[in-house]
Amino acid sequence: MSSAPQLDIDHIAKLARLALTPAEKATFAQQLGEVLHHIEQLSKVDVTGVEPTAHASPVFNVWQADVAQPGLSVADALRNAPAQRDHMIAVPKVVE
Amino acid sequence: MPSALHFRTIADLAAALDAKQLTSVELTQAVIARTQAVEPRIHAFNSFDASDALAQAAASDARRAAGQARGALDGIPIGLKDVIAVTGQPLTASSKMLQNFVSPYDATVTTKLKQAGAVLWGRLNCDEFAMGSSTENSAFGPTGNPWDTTRVPGGSSGGSSAALAAGEAIATLGSDTGGSIRQPAALCGVVGLKPSYGLVSRYGLIAFASSLDQIGPFARTVEDAAIVLGAIAGHDERDSTSFKTEIPDYRAALTTHRGPWKLGIPKEYFADGLDPEIAASVEQAIAFYKAQGCEIREVSLPHTAYCLDTYYVIATAEASSNLGRYDGIRYGHRSTAAKDAVDLYAQSRAEGFGPEVKRRIILGTYVLSSGYYDAYYLRAQKVRTLIRQDFLHAFRDVDALLTPTSPVPAFKLGEKADPLSLYLCDIYTIGVNLAGLPAISVPCGFTKSGLPIGAQLIGQPFQESNLLAIAHAYEQAHEWSGKYPAL
Repeated sequence: MSSAPQLDIDHIAKLARLALTPAEKATFAQQLGEVLHHIEQLSKVDVTGVEPTAHASPVFNVWQADVAQPGLSVADALRNAPAQRDHMIAVPKVVE
Repeated sequence: MPSALHFRTIADLAAALDAKQLTSVELTQAVIARTQAVEPRIHAFNSFDASDALAQAAASDARRAAGQARGALDGIPIGLKDVIAVTGQPLTASSKMLQNFVSPYDATVTTKLKQAGAVLWGRLNCDEFAMGSSTENSAFGPTGNPWDTTRVPGGSSGGSSAALAAGEAIATLGSDTGGSIRQPAALCGVVGLKPSYGLVSRYGLIAFASSLDQIGPFARTVEDAAIVLGAIAGHDERDSTSFKTEIPDYRAALTTHRGPWKLGIPKEYFADGLDPEIAASVEQAIAFYKAQGCEIREVSLPHTAYCLDTYYVIATAEASSNLGRYDGIRYGHRSTAAKDAVDLYAQSRAEGFGPEVKRRIILGTYVLSSGYYDAYYLRAQKVRTLIRQDFLHAFRDVDALLTPTSPVPAFKLGEKADPLSLYLCDIYTIGVNLAGLPAISVPCGFTKSGLPIGAQLIGQPFQESNLLAIAHAYEQAHEWSGKYPAL
């Protein structure tokens, strides 16, 4: 872990698909710099040979029979769509 | 026992309903009237549907009249945090992103409460996407603490705790990712239970951090919490982390599980930063158990100092992934300012999410990004293992741990402006989520200025019966739960 974390806010905002204003970028970079500085203390812990915990529940490899179940109707599934046409969700053109 | 219907317990009201001294419609009308009277000062609800609630109440009365009442919850108005899906009702997560979203399906806990006959009542305010400790991050405005409306009710389930404390529901559900049930319960003087990870299905709960989130009840008494837990717990094949276990009669366990117990006091939880009045109240709770013959043992959870950092890496990483679904395409807010399809994602998310959600998405994206994954996320998952082992090690010697719930009582709205100081509100609660344990906050006194104080009991995995019985023993010998705010 680096000793002085640098958060490239433009790069991360692009990865996160978040259009941030210049003011937001400045504020978040400063606030998250402080949080990252705090998080740096995790580097002090000796984790040699320690297995990671993904979640604390003792449940693994859940299998279910592959059986079709009734789902939402088209009307219910489209009820919250921002734009729709002919029983489909309408989106901006992606290929010219 | 208070005479006002809206301040009575499930246990008491269920007996009155069964004895035909009361109808669910009368009870629901009383709760609606109370809500309408105090809501301008509290703002616990994002929305409520009085006619829908009264129709549910009438159906409950018809069942009871036909001799088909379904148990203690039949006809009892229960409020739901606005992250739990109810068919045909708004589901906003207190976010502009979902301001107009109407749920097309029921969460499993919703189905279970309906099967139990409960009257589902209102959509309760919270921090946006359950991210926060004060409910000030709601896009629809903050909730006031009923004990002092200039102060926060805690969070993120602050609407759930405030509504209950103010008499706007008989019980409520919240969700707890790092303390979001227990901390607001403590700050509002009610009981709040976070079940073991996997005991209650997360199907239909808007995901924040999937490996930490659990739904649980807010209630006036430990007995009421036991009743609600019994109704919502159980394996669900729609949640692959749901645990297959027999669901015991938690209410009966309150009297069949008897002490004396061995209680551990984690020394790291009584360090700097703990309000002295809270420390004194929790010390008195320790003294109570000791006087009851319980063995009190100091224990150590050596990795406590790393809980906050571990939590903020794991929770933000999972949040950044979970919130990727809000892209303005299939549902939720869609920007009209976008230049093209890809810009539509970025603009919709920028317009739909509030500052704390953006902050956490940025942090989570960063810790998962190429070159940093091992240093942050993987390392945090390993430290998580050590944190869990600390707890399991302590439980070799004790039945439960007793700690403060929150280091501070309810603070003023706007008082904690920088993110880090607000994150520190969760220092006693987040270890429990990382370790997947059950924990309960019970009222244990008031500050000199009249603000509620909560004590937290942390139990062994899936030992909710024991945990509830230990909390019940304390509650029965004290009168904190019988006090109500003057509104």
